[in-house]
Amino acid sequence: MVVKVYGATYAACPQRVMACLFELGFQFDLIKIDLQSGEQKQPQNLLRQPFGQVPSIEDGDFKLFESRAIIRYYAGKSASQGGTNLLGETLEERALVEQWMEVEVNNYNPLIYTMVLQLVVLPQQGQVGDMELVKDCKGKLEKVLDVYEERLSKSKYLGGERFTIADLTHLPNTRFLMEEGGMEDLIKRRKNLHNWWLDISSRPSWLKVMDLPK
Amino acid sequence: MATIKVHGNFFSTATLRVLASLNEKSLDYEFVPVDLRSGEHKKDPFLSLNPFGQIPAFQDGYLNLFESRAVTRYIAHSYAGDGIPLVSSDAKKAAVEDVWAEVEAQRYEPPAAKLTWELGIKPVLGMATDDDVVKAQEAELAKVLDVYEARLAHSKYLGGDAFSLADLHHLPTLKYLMASPVKAVFEARPHVAAWVADIMARPSWQKVLAC
Repeated sequence: MVVKVYGATYAACPQRVMACLFELGFQFDLIKIDLQSGEQKQPQNLLRQPFGQVPSIEDGDFKLFESRAIIRYYAGKSASQGGTNLLGETLEERALVEQWMEVEVNNYNPLIYTMVLQLVVLPQQGQVGDMELVKDCKGKLEKVLDVYEERLSKSKYLGGERFTIADLTHLPNTRFLMEEGGMEDLIKRRKNLHNWWLDISSRPSWLKVMDLPK
Repeated sequence: MATIKVHGNFFSTATLRVLASLNEKSLDYEFVPVDLRSGEHKKDPFLSLNPFGQIPAFQDGYLNLFESRAVTRYIAHSYAGDGIPLVSSDAKKAAVEDVWAEVEAQRYEPPAAKLTWELGIKPVLGMATDDDVVKAQEAELAKVLDVYEARLAHSKYLGGDAFSLADLHHLPTLKYLMASPVKAVFEARPHVAAWVADIMARPSWQKVLAC
């Protein structure tokens, strides 16, 4: 069964899902939602995602939204079928994977999301971004990245010695920092963090996502 | 001696989230108060438990965790056989519950946390509430609760037929918001109002409030 993913190749949350499906070898079709014209807010998409966002998936009759719930589901499906395990082997390992997924939600994503809004989205809409806010976010991000650096000095990946969804979930936002965000120095100045980024961003699954036509 | 320790304080919504899940599972634990006023959470030894300097921090034997929603998930899975189930044993049902747990964290929590701060915590600390923030966040919350109303019209709980973490995660902010003028936003939506009343009446939650 080919999974239908509704979204766009250049949007962070759909990228999270697509990277995971590539990693796990689950085939999917991307059905493009035109974000520039606000298609995600139209009634048809609201049936798939009541908050008017992307991505959502359809796997036969089974439907989900929220990228992190989607990757958890497929990671669990793969692991339980004896396939690639991106969740963690033991209960303790899985708990640490969950912990770093939550860190991404609470300590990482909000700062990056705010910066994307100010640096990319508002200018695209002809408005001026708040550079003071960006500066404030960057300052907070420095402290957060110090914690990541410390973690990665003791552990090859965020959840432990294996690549898991805890690392994968960071790919889209970190790519933004390194590229349009113009903040690659935040990563490059931190040796372990930089090595981790080079490792996870060179995985075939992520390279495939990056190669998808815009 | 309890192997489970929770380091936090009773004002903290994140701490209460963990305590609620422990109570649903009828698990014993030791509560270790953290003195936020003196900045205990920003110094060692607390930083060795949560390097982000936030409460709560959680220990179960040698396992040390932080992030309340990771802790509740750990409790739900590791103690699946104890007390009340907090996650479905069916993978697809669990995924749907997880969708709504993500909704709580990504959509509900931002306005709910800001309103909790303005209306619940600031007054206790003798700080002035910012009415502009309250007005703006109330409008955001209303949009989220419109989606909840539609969901709860055909689903007993947010995640499905059974109470799960998707519902439980809301309890700590509800504690503050339902004791504030913002309760009107919940009460204006009948399915939301009924769901709030149901989950807040749970004995495990009442036990948290009695701490």
